Amino acid sequence: MEIDRDDGRTANQLRPLACSCNVLNRAHGSASWSQGDTKILAAVYGPKAGTKKNENPEKASIEVIWKPKTGQIGKLERECEMILKRTLQSICILTINPNTTTSIVVQVIHDDGALLPCAINASCAALVDAGIPLKHLAVAISCCLSESGYVILDPTKLEEQKMKASVHLVFPNSPVSVIPEGSTQVGGEPLENGIITSLTQGAMSVDDYIHCLERGRAATAKMSAFLRRSLQPQLPTDSSKVG
Amino acid sequence: MGLPNAASGDLSSEMEVDAFRRLFPIQFFERHLAESIRPDGRALGKARDTTIALGPVSSANGSALAKVGSTTMLAAIKMEVMTPSIESPDEGCIAVDFHMPSICSPIVRPGRPAEAAPVISKQLSDTISSSGMIDLRELSLVKGKAAWMAYLDIYCLDADGSLFDAALLSAAAAFSHLQIPVVALNDDGKVVFVSEEKGGENFEKEAVNKEKRKLKLNSLPFSLTCLLHKNYILADPTAEEESVMETIVTVVLDSSGQLVSFYKPGGSVLAYTSAVQDCVALTRQRSKELQMILDEAISGMEID
Repeated sequence: MEIDRDDGRTANQLRPLACSCNVLNRAHGSASWSQGDTKILAAVYGPKAGTKKNENPEKASIEVIWKPKTGQIGKLERECEMILKRTLQSICILTINPNTTTSIVVQVIHDDGALLPCAINASCAALVDAGIPLKHLAVAISCCLSESGYVILDPTKLEEQKMKASVHLVFPNSPVSVIPEGSTQVGGEPLENGIITSLTQGAMSVDDYIHCLERGRAATAKMSAFLRRSLQPQLPTDSSKVG
Repeated sequence: MGLPNAASGDLSSEMEVDAFRRLFPIQFFERHLAESIRPDGRALGKARDTTIALGPVSSANGSALAKVGSTTMLAAIKMEVMTPSIESPDEGCIAVDFHMPSICSPIVRPGRPAEAAPVISKQLSDTISSSGMIDLRELSLVKGKAAWMAYLDIYCLDADGSLFDAALLSAAAAFSHLQIPVVALNDDGKVVFVSEEKGGENFEKEAVNKEKRKLKLNSLPFSLTCLLHKNYILADPTAEEESVMETIVTVVLDSSGQLVSFYKPGGSVLAYTSAVQDCVALTRQRSKELQMILDEAISGMEID
């Protein structure tokens, strides 16, 4: 099926990805991540001693501060904060530094669609840069579904508004190390097929959603390879930064 | 959670049940789940008893009180006339606000807004708009001049888990109960409310909205929150269950079976395709149940 996208991409084509780590001097870890014109800067501070009220002191706590490009923080930003926090909580090993708080500050530099997935990718890279112990990486992708039922990946803001429904998905990246058989598999499906986070907008049929899942999974495999590649050179110097 | 199962298993025979429940909550729940039962006696896929009462707030244009187990939500809609925006001159507007006062849960401290409240509020307005349950053009009065603004306020009176489900149910019920008041255009071209007594009398003004009418609802969205823990799926969790097992999935389906939202904010358990389908199947069942409960409540209202 031929699909016309304003920027001439094919349905499955992502915008150019760029990731640079350690961009801020004073932060314990930082990363900037861009997908086309959407760009996010994420900084990690911590682990700092103590946790906030209502947090479990037996575990490390994660705090996310979302800074919009302009204006005050509203309901939308609060929701992004909460989703980001719970997504990052699920990839961090929280039992290693109990009773500490790690702050992640997310600054939106430009929003041109797929903002939340971009923020998740940026924070994930920043966490690696800060040397926070993680179970695995998380890779986020945004899919859009049109009226006629085709799926496009990594939509721009204009495309997001035109489409019938959109889905944000976060998957774990595929492990390269050998894992003991059966330990991470549920019902015969590999780890990277499980959804960490899912957020939808607009009505669609269940089959369309499952279709989006498949397309998202296929694309995140490529993205996780990119993320791994862009994090590789930083890895040896990382350990010195965490004290 | 650090203790191996065997050790706590030994302890459970020496300890009182309540003490075991507090000290080893995960083991406590897992021992129940292994027997396919939950501490409150429900089966895993069973939701709590649900009741809806329509019209508890007489000063509002539409209101409903929904109870799912002990989670209680009070929704009320107030209609006001506003000038529509230039981008959509023939559309009304819905403003959703979700309140969590400190009486609802020990987690909410007085004077400080609850963290969950803006998130649920956003989730609700997203769901209402993406389900297409209300055609905003129905809320228009005079194109470009006047339209209805529906203020939907939902108060959480008792927060015992699955807040979003109960909130959405109360919102859907309140919209089904909503009666749009009678308004007329006066000589200055302003929209004024017409009180019921004078309504029929010599009104040279053109009534824009001739009689009290119900809002036409397209397809109501119904939701079910499920808790994922290992391979178990627990429908409609209580606050205690939510605090022990953290991964929640909220599925919203409308009456025609369309997926309005599949919401999973993180959590340590990953959702595989099989779990996704199981959650959707549970929600499908639940939405039929909820539709019946709501229909009963509405027909009960009409008899009165």
